[in-house]
Order: sequence, then structure tokens, then C-alpha cells
Amino acid sequence: MNKLIVSPSPHDENYINTSNIMLHVCIALLPAFIAGCIFFGPRAALVTAVCVISAVISEYLCRRLMKRDNTIGDLSAVVTGVILAFNLPVTVPLWIAVLGSFVAIAIVKQLFGGLGQNFANPALTARIVLMVSFPSAMSKWVLPFQWKENADAVTCATPLVLRGMSADELSELGQDIPAYLDLFLGKTGGCLGETSALALLIGGIYLIARKIINPAAPVTFIGTLALLSLISGNDSIYEILAGGVFLGAFFMATDYATTPITTKGKIVFGIGCGIITFIIRHFASLPEGVSFAILLMNILTPYIERYTRPDVFGAREVKNEK
Amino acid sequence: MKKLNGIRLKHRKNTEDFKTVQLPLPKKVIFPMSMHMGAPCTPLVKVGDVVKVGDKIGDCENAFSVPIHSSVSGTVAAVSDYINAMGNKCKCVEIETDGLQTLSESINPPVITDKLSFINAVRESGVCGLGGAGFPTHIKLNPKNEIDTLIINAAECEPYITSDYREMIENTDDVLNGIEFLRNMLGIKQIKIAVEANKPQAIKNFQELTKNDSTVSIVELPSIYPQGAEKVIIYNSTKRIVEEGTIPADIGVIVINVSTVAFIYRYIQTGMPFITRRVTVDGNAVKNPKNVFIPVGTPIVEVLNFCNAEIDNLKVVLTGGPMMGMCVHDINMPILKTTNALLAFNRYDDKKTSACIRCGRCAAVCPFNLIPAEIEKAYKTRDIEDLKSLKVNLCMNCGSCTYVCPANRKLAETNQLAKTILPRN
Repeated sequence: MNKLIVSPSPHDENYINTSNIMLHVCIALLPAFIAGCIFFGPRAALVTAVCVISAVISEYLCRRLMKRDNTIGDLSAVVTGVILAFNLPVTVPLWIAVLGSFVAIAIVKQLFGGLGQNFANPALTARIVLMVSFPSAMSKWVLPFQWKENADAVTCATPLVLRGMSADELSELGQDIPAYLDLFLGKTGGCLGETSALALLIGGIYLIARKIINPAAPVTFIGTLALLSLISGNDSIYEILAGGVFLGAFFMATDYATTPITTKGKIVFGIGCGIITFIIRHFASLPEGVSFAILLMNILTPYIERYTRPDVFGAREVKNEK
Repeated sequence: MKKLNGIRLKHRKNTEDFKTVQLPLPKKVIFPMSMHMGAPCTPLVKVGDVVKVGDKIGDCENAFSVPIHSSVSGTVAAVSDYINAMGNKCKCVEIETDGLQTLSESINPPVITDKLSFINAVRESGVCGLGGAGFPTHIKLNPKNEIDTLIINAAECEPYITSDYREMIENTDDVLNGIEFLRNMLGIKQIKIAVEANKPQAIKNFQELTKNDSTVSIVELPSIYPQGAEKVIIYNSTKRIVEEGTIPADIGVIVINVSTVAFIYRYIQTGMPFITRRVTVDGNAVKNPKNVFIPVGTPIVEVLNFCNAEIDNLKVVLTGGPMMGMCVHDINMPILKTTNALLAFNRYDDKKTSACIRCGRCAAVCPFNLIPAEIEKAYKTRDIEDLKSLKVNLCMNCGSCTYVCPANRKLAETNQLAKTILPRN
């Protein structure tokens, strides 16, 4: 007879694991990927592929160099690669995309200990690094469907820039302020995966239905932004549909490693993101503030967590705060 | 009312319709002197002694203990050392059966005149909590505080196990008579029979049979593990919270397992001590899952053979359910008073543990709102202050956190380890 195995309880099996969670996230990113390819052409697919491949290679090499277990099987590098690509303009030089992946995986993720240990969202931090380092390449937007016309790429402005322009400036540029429907579908200039609120919403709902993400952060993020916009007399529908709000809210403000664990914490996180995004968009010199908002809230996450610990059932004394 | 978290498990109550069958008499039985919570017993017999069914073979002067009776008639073959599944040592008595099952003369219905004689009789019966924890029942039934509510724990929330359910179906009258007896003895105002919703037949039977009794109500618990945990069942049946450092009796509640109640009634009628129990035998290595009446002390291997288990192919054998049950390291170990199920599996998934991704599932399922991921971090750095403020001491080891962890981290185990480094006070 074999020796019996003795292990601590529980012994019931559950088939959830990290790679299938990441696979669900990849599936949820598919609609936005398809939308990106439709609006910005095959180069959107190329940029995404380059980001994914370079992210996976970076992960593999880092783990190899550090003599740690190979973790590319958990698919988290794939997710980071796709999200980074979604944060880039379709015209971005490929070497910049590769550099972005390296920053995301090697510096932001692996140098801090790998999956679950990084304090800032890798893809988002990489985007900010690239934005600061290569401002012109990172803000060269093209109009949707321009790729079909075989003409030289004409740069255009993003919806958030357009709304700040006067009528004269708009006519000089030859662009109109996009209609809600175009914003919702994603038929505007912008990063290759962030323009289609509809596609991102489908992905987000998929993740919520699959219980992969908690709706608390995205809902409070978008809700806070809309509310502040409404109070301040701005167009709140335009506010939430333009720019990277949906991508940020559903795919970056829900990142496990860099956002609070508890629902209460997630709500605080979402509200904070909404407020900071609004402040940056309206009071700072940048048109877009989603990335910085999420990054700032990432940094606050440990503090949010400490002060939003749920009351333990039946616990006697008050939690001693540290 | 705030809902407590929990997890949905596959019920796997494969044996729920299987009428209990009797195990043939084993050749040898082993009685560890510590099957209950509390002080271990001292053997009252020596090698060569002849014992009859129901003879007391172990007892302890400490009140927080219960005596042990022989489940067979035969000769004491050995009084030796025994290591239980927890790794603790105690004495054990081995008896070779003579096959006659001669009844002891000491088996007489107890004379019960008042509460004290009742409590003494419960102790003498050798019964302890049959749900698995083995808390001495006579201690539970005799609290200092006044009790207004008796909760009958019939949740049976663990997968596979149906032994309590079969008690409710096969011995419904014993359960109800036992409840009535306890009510009269302890002067209890209200009784709640708490049954998980996955046992509709039991709920229906109880509802019909108690419809004229205004003191008894049936609580249908949701099928969310762990409903049977004491603090959870109290909260879900009475909305009362058992606070840290207190016991249910402090808020006027006693929780008692349904099979224990039925046994107490039978003991009062017959005087037959607790020597046989119903055990659910199941698991993928068991070809014929069954509910079996087993003499306490029977080696597990005999039970497995009776149910045609693949003895040569066993990987994991559990006593109790898959969530909180304990691994057995040797199938010659005996069935104990607290063994409500015996599960045998022919595979063991040794899933690799990977990094915590901070998904928060562990915190989302904890019935007590603990944050196992944080506890794990605090334990790693031996941060006693943080462990205290994280309230790891309240963890009941239900295993839900480990169950849902996508990184296969042994969070429940870490919680237990973390408890051991907390200063005792």
C-alpha cells in the first residue's frame, strides 16, 4: 500500500488559478482590441503583438537573471503587454513600444518582487515614462479609418483637446467635437485601445460577471468623475466617454496588486481616481489625467487599506491603528 | 442584518438516500483515551481483563472530560501508547472481540430526578459533541448563565457528509423527543432547529411535526459554507453575536448537534452508552459509499473494506469533511466518537503555490471578515502587533480562504500557525 498523504485542511478542490484569471482578463480585452484594429488598422494589432511579445520576453529574462521560477505561464505579462499597447498611439515607433514593455515588466514589476508585489500599475507607469520621455511620439494621434485611405498619416487632436478649443481653432484644424455616439463607439483619435467605451464596457461587464473584478472601483471612479463634471457645469457624458476613463476604470483601477483588497478600500480608491482625474483635466495643463490619477491612488493604496480594514465579526476592542 | 460571507461548495451528498447499515463486528477495536475535547481518560482495565459491551474502560476525575465505554465484548489485548491525528500522545486500550457482544450489567436507564442528575447522566453516557469537535456535552448543557435559546445544529454544511441527515430522517422522533427533554430539563424558552436548505426533506418533516409547538421553530440556513460553524449558526438563527473571549452561553444560547440530541434521548430510555455511531463513508476511492453504524474503536481499514474501497490505491484518507476534516496517516487508526465521516480518495492534487496576486478573494469569503492575505504577510515578518489587530485569533479554520485562493496558498494553515505565535493572556 502507498503511503498516505497528510496535508492541512481544506481538501476540497477548486479549479481557479492565477493563469485562468489572467486568461479571463485577456478575453475581456478582446473587444477593445478588435475595436482598435477596426479604427486604427492592422498596425494596432502589430503594436499589441510587439508589446505582448516584448513583455513576455522581459519577464522571462528577468526571472532567469534573478534565478527565480519562470512565471510567464501565469499570463500576467501578456495582460500587461496588451494594456500597455492599449495606452499607446497606433503610430508609436515599435522600439518605443518595446522600451515601454521593458519598463513595465523589468522595472515596475520584477524589480519590486514580481507579480502581486509591485506598488504601481506596470503598464500605466510605463505609459507615463514614455509620455514624459517621448512627448511628440506619444501624442501623434491619427483619425479613425485613416489607414484605409492609403494617404500619409494626418495627425489629429484627441476629444479632450478638442473640447478646449475655440470654434476658430477647430475650423483651422478641420475637426469637429465628436458626437456622443462616436465617442461611445470609439470613432475618435486616441490611444489604440482606449477610444471605444463600448468595447471596454463589454470587457468590464464580462469580468464583473465572471467575478474576476469587483465593480466598486470602476463604478465609483466613473460616477465621481461624472458627478464632479455635472456640478462644475461641464458635459459629464463627454467627460467620461472621452479619453482613457473606461480603460483606466475597468482594467487599471481594478488591478489586484496595486489597488486595495477590500470593497470599502476599492470604493475610496475609485472616488480618489475620479477626483484626481477631474482636477488634472480641468485645473492642470494636461488634457488627460486618468493615468496620473490611478498612479497617485496606487501609491496611496497601502494607506487606504490600513484605514479601511473591515470590522472583524465579534471582535472586541477597537483595531489599534498603526 | 449583515450577511456573513461564505462560499458555495458542491454538496456531493451522494449518500443522502442511503439507509444506514450495520458494520460486521471487527476482530479488534482500539480506544484512544482522548477522543473528546478536554482531559484524557485513564484506562480502567488491564491486559487480560474481560469486558462486555457498555463496560466503562476509561474515565477521568476531571469534570471536563467524558468516560469511554467498550463497544464490544472481549478481552483486553493491550494498553499502550497512541498517537492521534493531531500528533498528540495518549494511552489507548485494544480489545480483541469474542463475537458474542454480551451486554454489560451496568446498562440501565439512568435515574433522573433533577437537572444535576441529568447532567451527571449525560456525562456517564460518554457522549461528546458529535459534529466533530467533541466538546463534552454535559459541560455545554450546564452553563453558569441563564439560557433562553437552544439551537439544534443540523446544518451539516460540509460536502459529502450525510450522517446527521440520516439521523434526522431515520430517527426523527428521537431528535424531537430529545429536544423536548432538554427543554424541560433546562427550562429553555425557544428552540431553533437550524438546517441547511439542501436538506428539504428534513426541513419538511420537522416543520410538520413541530407545527403545534410554538417553542420550536425551524431555521432554513442558506447553502453557503460554513453554516454549521457555531458563531455563524448562532448569528444566522438568532442575530446574536458571540463576542471575542465569550462563549455562546454568555448570550443565552446553547448550540448542540442534532445527532447528540437524539443520542441523549436514547440513552435516557435505554442506558446504552455512546459506543456506536453513524459514519458517512464516501470519496472517489470508495466503490460503495454508505452510511454505516460503526462500533467506536473500529479500525478504519475494516470500514473501508466493508465499503469496497481501493485499499491499494489510497492517497488521502480523511476523518470528517473535506473542508475541515483531518488526514489520517495510518488506516489502522480507529473510528472515534467524533468521526462523522470517513472519506477516501485515490488522488491528491499537489498544486504548486504561487505568488499572492492580492485578488482579495480570501478576504471576500471570510465569514468573520478577516484578511488572510494580510495575516500571511504579518506572520511572515512575525509582526505580533499587526496579527493582533488583524484578529487572527478569531479564525475558526473553516478553510474558505485556502479554498478560493487562485495562488493555492495555504492561508487557513498560516492563520493557525500565526495563532501560535500570539502571546497567551
